[in-house]
Amino acid sequence: MAFTLTINGETRSADVAGDTPLLWVLREALGLVGTKFGCGAAQCGACTVHLDGVPVRACITPVQRVGTKAVTTIEGVGQTAVGARVQEAWKAIDVPQCGYCQAGQIMSASALLTAKPKPTDADIDAAMNGNLCRCATYIRIRAAIKAASGQEA
Amino acid sequence: MDGELLRDPTRRLVLQTGAALGGGLMLSFSLSGEGRAAGDGKLSAYVRIAPNGAVTIVSKVPEVGQGIKTSLPMVIAEELDVDWSAVSVEQAIADTKVFGRQVAGGSMATTLEYDGLRRVGATGRALLIAAASARWGVAADNCVTEPGFVLHAASGRRLAYGELAQEAAGLTPPDPKTLTLKDPKAFRIIGQSHKSRDLEAITTGQPLYGIDVRVPGMLYATFAKAPTFGAKVASVDLSPARAVAGVKDAFVVEGGTALSGLLPGVAVVADSWWAAHKARMTLDIKWAEHPTAAQSSAGFAAKAAELAKAPPHRTLRADGDVDAALKGAAKVVSASYAYPFIAHANLEPQNCTASVKDGKVEIWAPTQNPEPGRALVARTLNVPPEAVTIHLVRCGGGFGRRLINDYMVEAAFLSQKVGAPVQLLWTREDDIQHDFYRPGAWHHFTAGLDAQGGLTAWRDHFVSFGEGEQFASSAGMNATQFPCRAVDNYKIDVSVMPLGAPTGPLRAPGNNAFGFVIQSFTDEVALAARQDPVAFRRTLLGEPRLLGEAGQGDSFHTGRMRGVLDLVAEKSGWGRKLPKGTGLGVACHYSHLGYVAVVMEVSVKKGALKIHKVWAAADVGSQIINPKGAEQQVQGSILDAISSTLYQQITFESGATVQSGFADHPLLRMADAPPVEVHFKISYNRPTGLGEPAYPPAPAALCNAIFAATGKRIRSLPIGDQLA
Repeated sequence: MAFTLTINGETRSADVAGDTPLLWVLREALGLVGTKFGCGAAQCGACTVHLDGVPVRACITPVQRVGTKAVTTIEGVGQTAVGARVQEAWKAIDVPQCGYCQAGQIMSASALLTAKPKPTDADIDAAMNGNLCRCATYIRIRAAIKAASGQEA
Repeated sequence: MDGELLRDPTRRLVLQTGAALGGGLMLSFSLSGEGRAAGDGKLSAYVRIAPNGAVTIVSKVPEVGQGIKTSLPMVIAEELDVDWSAVSVEQAIADTKVFGRQVAGGSMATTLEYDGLRRVGATGRALLIAAASARWGVAADNCVTEPGFVLHAASGRRLAYGELAQEAAGLTPPDPKTLTLKDPKAFRIIGQSHKSRDLEAITTGQPLYGIDVRVPGMLYATFAKAPTFGAKVASVDLSPARAVAGVKDAFVVEGGTALSGLLPGVAVVADSWWAAHKARMTLDIKWAEHPTAAQSSAGFAAKAAELAKAPPHRTLRADGDVDAALKGAAKVVSASYAYPFIAHANLEPQNCTASVKDGKVEIWAPTQNPEPGRALVARTLNVPPEAVTIHLVRCGGGFGRRLINDYMVEAAFLSQKVGAPVQLLWTREDDIQHDFYRPGAWHHFTAGLDAQGGLTAWRDHFVSFGEGEQFASSAGMNATQFPCRAVDNYKIDVSVMPLGAPTGPLRAPGNNAFGFVIQSFTDEVALAARQDPVAFRRTLLGEPRLLGEAGQGDSFHTGRMRGVLDLVAEKSGWGRKLPKGTGLGVACHYSHLGYVAVVMEVSVKKGALKIHKVWAAADVGSQIINPKGAEQQVQGSILDAISSTLYQQITFESGATVQSGFADHPLLRMADAPPVEVHFKISYNRPTGLGEPAYPPAPAALCNAIFAATGKRIRSLPIGDQLA
């Protein structure tokens, strides 16, 4: 069936089964491949997007549950001031190794900084612990979040 | 000139120019296939300079997160003498005739390519100088370059590379062996930190990876294989899968018996991956009986214990007389160690996109090693290897898993079968349950000490997997592990048992486990000798000297190891007073031509381990190409090792893998990742790779630190709840 979604400020429609996870609607029906598949079970965070600014795992979010909530993906997070700042910090610190998890990391970090502009290390641990990085770039992720929040690493 | 292919028969270099290659001008210093000159087969890369001065450098080696797509082009750009900011990097297609070895494996790209790619850059620079000197009518020797320009100092004339490239491409390149390379002191690019070339695309979610590939008319596929490796499909009712909306086809794949090839299974092909996946979940597949259906980790452990008690099957190396030395020793130390199978768990699940049409196969593969994939696809699909084109896409992690191309042949086979382009994507469960695991093994050590605490004998009975003289893949041991050749009496015995599970290389294969067992046992021996762990290692290393033959991969320089050991001891404040329950542990290990020493500081309170800090010192030769990238590789390798040491094990029951995801095969998370301080020791040796050598010392450094903090010796991995 057809679903109308607000994605990165644009109205998009997708004709998919209602149980299709938002992840696959984004990647296959709408051509937004920045959001990644890692586990399909909300264990790795690679698929993190925002629904009305709240980070969710798109791999377990059926499209029929999205409703009128605004979807923000890695392709659109730079439109927000915080998202742009996080992306800039990621680049300045050259965080990625393979890079596959980084879209999800940036989405979680952007949500964290929106909620807590000056997060402590414990805040960072709590907000980022659901995002796995197989290359273990955690040291630079922490440094980038500190930089994006104007704190010293 | 454009589009022509010129051959210089004497030097067998191919020089291509032209519009056919994207409008820019191409200087291609590659060796023609059959006419390869002996000794310089590594000289092969593309440099393209547009009239506006834009430089395109082709990166030949697959990018898996090791940063090679930045570091190797930096080497070319340095000798070409261009501004790094003027360079764009293109990923090469898989073509050994043009590029030679294209493997992200063994930490060998830097080692093998550094000199050749400098000469590729220098050849380009020489051609540009030749073009300028011809235009000016002056001797080439009187011309110099500065980034992007050729200069004639006497007359003050200068020409931009973009203005010269067209002419330069028509000139005969000099013999690369005759070129003068830059004095490293004059380097402007090498030795400076440069960021990942894909940084913008990664941080903004642009398509880069295998699963991002989109081909017109492409279908999506899943492929279910037997939990017992290689079992055939006995029966399956495909109708529920075919009834799912969007499904185009569902069928049984007969497959073969080689675990690294196309295996039996059931494929579902649909117009979306979710439809294919949903359809697959409806299937109730009955798998045929299989000879390995009874194998289990408990069975392997029982067999290993039997083998440990029995005389070894064979001896890999015996120096001196270990038995006599142990009899005469003032003190004998024995301990047994074990480590489990582990999975690679690349975050990007295995996938591949293939389009088979009119006898041609086009593949977009996240692979570390395309050529064996090409051969496997050609053999399985019954097409000539030349009919297979492989595009290299950025890999969402490698770690050795993508040296094996099983997923590539699956995608190609499915595309051939359905007659449309197919993107095959595994689930996480597929990935964990059909990995080529790092094999587990057991080591039974005995060491002898003299009255002064000096090591007089070292014996290891290595119990592993294999049959007869043949080890299972990555289940073997090189018999020259230190302290080999530093102790007079040294013996490696081996016993093996058969294995029916796929195994293969995982980051620092072999060494990722040998570092743990050898450097942990070395700590036990130091303790028995009543010596400080660093001091004991220093004594054991002795005077700086090469053990083994120069130029051999298994030779070992005691001075280089001593250098990193001393450096890490200094940086970590080794020997300082620590509070109760806190300890420092050290380990050092040589692998992949790199010498790395690691110290960790940990505390254990009420069974809870905290790793406060890690220090690492590495000697990988005379030049760190991209310092920040190198630091990342060392940090990543060490955190990877901590991850496996703390949590990971793959076990087998009823012939199948028990674990299926990140819940039961966990990865390190943010809160548990300690800071890692990295130091490089520069030595006058050729630059070598860094994707692997920092991993092996880390597990022992961690376990030795735990011992220092608690008195608890970890002899079996993972650590799991052993501290509780």
